[in-house]
Amino acid sequence: MAEYVRQMPDAVGPLTQPPALARQLHVDVPLLVLLAALTAYGLVVLYSASGQDVAAVMRQGRFFLVAYLVMFAAAQISPVRWARWSPWTYLAGVTLLLAVAYFGVGAKGAQRWLNLGGFRFQPSEVMKLAVPMTVAWYLSSRRLPPGPRYLVVCVALIALPSALILRQPDLGTSLLVAAAGLFGIFMAGIGWRFIGGTALVALLSAWPAWRFLLEDYQKQRILTLLNPESDKLGAGWNIIQSKTAIGSGGWAGKGWNQGTQSQLDFLPESHTDFIIAVLAEEFGLRGVLALMLLYVLILLRCFWIGVRAQSSYGRILCGSLTLTFFVYIFVNMGMVAGLLPVVGVPLPLVSAGGTSVVTLMAAFGLLMAVSTEKRVIGQ
Amino acid sequence: MASRIDLKDTQREQQMFASRSLVALVLVSLAIGVLLSRYYTLQISEFETYQTASERNRVQLQPLPPKRGLIFDRNGILLADNRPSYTLSLILERVGDLDSTLEALGQLVDISEADLERFHTRRLQRRPYELVPLRFRLDDEEQARIAVNRHRLPGVTIDAQLQRYYPHGELFAHALGYVGRINTRDMERIDQANYRGSFHIGKIGVERRYEDELHGRVGYQTVETNAHGRVLRVLERFDPVPGRDLILHLDYRLQSVAHAALEGRRGAVVAIDPLTGGVLALVSTPSFDSNLFVNGISRRDYAALRDSPDVPLFNRTVQGQYPPGSTIKPVMALAGLEGGLVDPDTTVADPGWYRLPGDRRRYRDWILRIRGTGHAPEVDLKMAIAESCDVYFYDLAHRLGIDGIHDYLAHYGLGSRTGIDTTAERPGILPSRAWKRAALSQPWFPGETLSVGIGQGYMLTTPLQLAVMTSILATRGEHREPRLVRTLGTEDLEAPLQDPVMVDGAHWDAVVEAMREVVHGRRGTAKAIARGLNYEMAGKTGTAQVIGIAQDEVYDEDVIDARHRNHGLFVAFAPLQAPTIAVAVIVENGGGSSAAYPIARSVIDAWLQEEVALN
Repeated sequence: MAEYVRQMPDAVGPLTQPPALARQLHVDVPLLVLLAALTAYGLVVLYSASGQDVAAVMRQGRFFLVAYLVMFAAAQISPVRWARWSPWTYLAGVTLLLAVAYFGVGAKGAQRWLNLGGFRFQPSEVMKLAVPMTVAWYLSSRRLPPGPRYLVVCVALIALPSALILRQPDLGTSLLVAAAGLFGIFMAGIGWRFIGGTALVALLSAWPAWRFLLEDYQKQRILTLLNPESDKLGAGWNIIQSKTAIGSGGWAGKGWNQGTQSQLDFLPESHTDFIIAVLAEEFGLRGVLALMLLYVLILLRCFWIGVRAQSSYGRILCGSLTLTFFVYIFVNMGMVAGLLPVVGVPLPLVSAGGTSVVTLMAAFGLLMAVSTEKRVIGQ
Repeated sequence: MASRIDLKDTQREQQMFASRSLVALVLVSLAIGVLLSRYYTLQISEFETYQTASERNRVQLQPLPPKRGLIFDRNGILLADNRPSYTLSLILERVGDLDSTLEALGQLVDISEADLERFHTRRLQRRPYELVPLRFRLDDEEQARIAVNRHRLPGVTIDAQLQRYYPHGELFAHALGYVGRINTRDMERIDQANYRGSFHIGKIGVERRYEDELHGRVGYQTVETNAHGRVLRVLERFDPVPGRDLILHLDYRLQSVAHAALEGRRGAVVAIDPLTGGVLALVSTPSFDSNLFVNGISRRDYAALRDSPDVPLFNRTVQGQYPPGSTIKPVMALAGLEGGLVDPDTTVADPGWYRLPGDRRRYRDWILRIRGTGHAPEVDLKMAIAESCDVYFYDLAHRLGIDGIHDYLAHYGLGSRTGIDTTAERPGILPSRAWKRAALSQPWFPGETLSVGIGQGYMLTTPLQLAVMTSILATRGEHREPRLVRTLGTEDLEAPLQDPVMVDGAHWDAVVEAMREVVHGRRGTAKAIARGLNYEMAGKTGTAQVIGIAQDEVYDEDVIDARHRNHGLFVAFAPLQAPTIAVAVIVENGGGSSAAYPIARSVIDAWLQEEVALN
């Protein structure tokens, strides 16, 4: 009874206060403000990274517009309904992945795209959301923490799309999809002993994975990372150039549009995966810290939304999406700075790109849906 | 009841999620810490390192090769040109897979083993981002084929450079020399900074001797480039100083005439303007196309040239050392006259052979084989030169002694390099007792003096030395270093004067008159060329033995191997009163001087006709 009473103030709150406009619109205002600040910062950097190309900035702006609309739309749908739809999106996603394997369009030696009447579509993007949603859906209806039986099912649910994406081949996305699912399991409260055991197995299976699973170009990326100086002007070029860009930025940076590395094309993919190097070169460590501050605030807000979520589905989904978001940040900033292999992960909401931005904002839409879910007493 | 369990579960789950979120936050904070420390290291701790790296990346110093000076003949005919040549080069840093790129290129254009070999050698010595040439002289079709396939050949470029081209390659190969690709040996002797951007350097001949003047001074530009090496902006520019043009004394027409006259033979012609020391013709046959060497001759072509028994790469004019034979007799006569051993009327008894006092060995005169006797019972200086009497000069040589001969002939430039402005010149041999002791560690034998007296034995001269000697006779003692180059840029060069040869005027007259008799005399050894001659010429024939003839053995041209036949020589100057040309001709294994003097006449004819035409 005491526990029930303790729940009261929260549960009663929405009923006693008139619902705010934001809540009616299913918008989490602090998160929206932070996202707006981040995307604005991203456009500023992109303008410089694209070589003062207004058209490129406009195009990215349009992508953001679409992405915000997708976010708002996603936020309007209640988590309960999302939970119900989860397995279906998962099935659709897997089907599309199979379709890619058979009818996909190749680019740079990888088959990742599906051509839908002039519109190119990357089904692996769907899985970035569908996998954590499905894991959340599957686990939220069980007793938590989940028993071993359910875990096996979960792992299978994660492994299938990850394997399909890995075969495209797209190591980066495959790892991100798998990570999103695993974060779901982690947030669902899986035992530490189990985590430790898995980590051990993962370490032991690293050798056969290296031997049989990784493609040559993937191995090359890892080897290059371990010693980029060995092939200064060949494979290690990207990393050396990006490190030079970052390092030469110093504390204050060279100034907006003044980054010689990025402006003079020494930096590869400066407006997409390596955009952080442009930012670091032109705005210095100050700029990096400012970006990091935005990211940290977004992460904190997202965790807060998770903690305050009404349902286990919302919590698990929230946790796994938030952690995946951080993994994007970590992997991208790490790889550009030469800490991690170059795996082709964009810097979330800063790197130019359409699909990735839409997917990310859809994820924030889901978080907003969770955040603004009507609080009900009991079920 | 069920709702109570659910409620309880929810609360527990919420607490569990909160704790997991906390764990996650800790992990995230750690990861952020790692990231930020990395960025701190790069941007603060190692800032200066990367700042330098970034500066170096952006600004590049590019050499601007100077344009090589052109070479013209005395009448402005272009002998060494610069032509745009399209070179297929690779920037290795941008080539993905070198082997497959080379293979792909091999299917588009013809790439020889030698090309590949040179490419790989150069590849290992290159500077970063330097173009490494693979194939030179692409033709239009090859250029087009590369251009069409450019998109799948990253790092492959075609660029135009000015490259040496010799319009008359074979005709002037020995006179000009040639340029070739800079090799490691060249690198050691040049100012490497000045050759950044240059691919070629003078290898031999005038091209080598005047390398510094022809090459010019390299320029630089600092440019801002992108990572693809494309120049975005030129920051500063120091223009190169182009090389200076050369105008030679050489005469294209004379060179052609001499070359044509030697056609099919091994030999050399050197013609000098006695007044200026300018070399009017410098021909050595067989020759070769000097263009072959500009981009590195192919192994096969080189082997063919190197292994040819006719040694076409050998510049006979300055490297060929031949016994001068009787061509030195005029100078020997001057030695006798100046030494007071003979006067123009002194006669020597000529039975057709000569015997040293106290020696049974007979030194034969060449006439003995033909007539069975000597030139005449008594031979004077004029006849001795006109008919090339050996006995007269055996006697004179014996009286002069080897060192007397050496000391006098040295005034005419024999036995030392003339100092001509080309490369690879050899000094010949003007023997003396000291020379033999040093070179052979042997004493001098009196019989050897007789051989030297008629230009045989140990004595060796180059055709150029003979031409210089002849020009000294023509100018009556004025001696200049021979010169190929007349004008450097706009500056006229003067051939340096050597110590003049001081000879009594009457002695000059006697010897020159005797040399006139060689051509114009009734019994002159070169009287065959006098017919139709509308000017007066002074000359001297010569025959150089290739193999030694044993005592009493007879040289019989018909039974002797072609390669052992005597060399034919002829030296001449004309016109007699005011000589404007001195010529030396040698025809290897020509049998005798009759192979040589028609060539000299053609050259002198051509020169004097040209002079008439010019005046």
